[in-house]
Amino acid sequence: MSKASILIIDDELQIRRLLTITLHGDFVVSEAATAKEGMLMAASHPPDLVLLDLGLPDENGHDVLRHLREWYNHPIIILSAQTSEEDIVKALDAGASDYLVKPFRTGELLARIRTALRKSTTADHGPVMTFGNLVIDFAARKVTKENVTVKLTATEYSLLALMARNEGRVLTHQHLLREVWGPSYVQESQYLRVFVAQLRKKIEADPNRPSLILTESGVGYRFSGT
Amino acid sequence: MVQWLKERPYLSSLMLIGGVTLLCLGIHNLVGYRVVAFMLLVSVSILALFLDIRPVIMAALGSALIWDFLFIPPRFTFSIGSTEDGLLLLTYFIIALIHAVLTYKIRDVQKKVREKEAREGQVKFYNTLLNSLSHELRTPITTIIGAADNLLTLRQGLSEQDREELLHSIASASVRLNQQVENLLSMSRLESGVFQVRRDWVDIRELIHRCVQRLEPAINKYRQAIFIPDNMPLVKVDQGLVEQMIHNLISNVIQHTPEGTDVIVRADYADGNLTLTVSDTGKGFPEAEIGMVFEKFYRVKGSRPGGTGLGLSIVKGFVEAQQGRISLRNLPLSGAEFTIELPAEASYLNGIKNE
Repeated sequence: MSKASILIIDDELQIRRLLTITLHGDFVVSEAATAKEGMLMAASHPPDLVLLDLGLPDENGHDVLRHLREWYNHPIIILSAQTSEEDIVKALDAGASDYLVKPFRTGELLARIRTALRKSTTADHGPVMTFGNLVIDFAARKVTKENVTVKLTATEYSLLALMARNEGRVLTHQHLLREVWGPSYVQESQYLRVFVAQLRKKIEADPNRPSLILTESGVGYRFSGT
Repeated sequence: MVQWLKERPYLSSLMLIGGVTLLCLGIHNLVGYRVVAFMLLVSVSILALFLDIRPVIMAALGSALIWDFLFIPPRFTFSIGSTEDGLLLLTYFIIALIHAVLTYKIRDVQKKVREKEAREGQVKFYNTLLNSLSHELRTPITTIIGAADNLLTLRQGLSEQDREELLHSIASASVRLNQQVENLLSMSRLESGVFQVRRDWVDIRELIHRCVQRLEPAINKYRQAIFIPDNMPLVKVDQGLVEQMIHNLISNVIQHTPEGTDVIVRADYADGNLTLTVSDTGKGFPEAEIGMVFEKFYRVKGSRPGGTGLGLSIVKGFVEAQQGRISLRNLPLSGAEFTIELPAEASYLNGIKNE
């Protein structure tokens, strides 16, 4: 299999160099310093993934994201120096696949890139997914932990199934509420909190130190299968 | 009241001059019309003490005309009967004007002195800030630059162990630098005035455990205990702020108490208030300094280096931004306890039936 291609759109030369050094072993890397250049490069040689800095000098990063999403269907990972949760949620809602707040660890970056690329190549996971000693059988709507059936309510199951299918990917509170409870529930975050706590009690080895359902503070949740 | 009048200078001039005029209309038969001039003059002087120059000049002019029209014979005309009275009116107006200008100038000078003092106070404050900052920022930066220089220039001359050590020192200095920058950003966010509290439903148990986990491995050298009642409701608070508050309080314990002591975090909800306490079994705070620990850049005397002296003032700022209260006390046996009370809605949405 040929190397996946990644386009970095970031105005800071040092960051581009760091990213290129981090990535060029496993990926084909190209760089753009401005939004305009980035859009041109993405259009002429569509990459398998875009790393997009939200703070570009020539155009608002949210607008770049929106314009790219009009035709570009591969993953876009947002890099941002702004820690505002609102900003992150806005980018995720606008179609970003994931986000990393500067400063980030390179290990974290690589993990996010791999998850995003895997997501885009294998949309279908098949009927059974295994995460350590937790097995989800989507065909039978059955969950077992250490070979013992976990009794889940219908809502708990829907929530778990949705998160597991998007393993490694951050899902915003609004997204989870809309998908599991319905569009009129997007503001009812207390439901989500309660059900996540219940689910953790049933599937986590230590519900106080979750290793499967991870909290992305102020943004949403991320299911981690590793 | 005074403030209300100051904000409406023309109305208050009118009220005072009008009032005195009415009073004088009642008594001018007893005291004579020349005394009336002095009473009006006193009113103008009083106005000059409080008001800006323009309304005072208006009052001086207005009261001169009133005196002329209502009191100087022949009354109820602007004509003046004698040269003496003409001179008196002119003198009256000049004195009133001089009062207005002089008082205004004096107040202007006072204002400038006050501004200068405030500026000097600010300069002193920023000097303290810069001293503390330059130390806290330059220490990790020096480490990073020095270590990187060594790695670049010495290259093959370095033993594997030295290289490893330099790389680790770059990594840990960067983490420290990042913490300082985070603190500074929080502080400037608080002081920017555009700070917004975003309340949403929060699972406090999850939040506290996550805070503790984030402080690993440093916190593992302490005995940890977390007490949260089983029926703890969800509370509506700003998750990011509460997380940083607890993080800073526990970091403060790690920074200032010996390893092997206890860190105890409690949460409870009663009567519309979320109560969070972080306590330790260290040696506590010097009683005399308890009132000052929340001040910006305040460091308890003889405390370990490291930290910007901002952590606790950020906590206080975040607590107050959510209309809460924070207090600190020494515990009877040993250690100290921070208590935060935040007004918050609660939701007892436990175990919803969803089938």
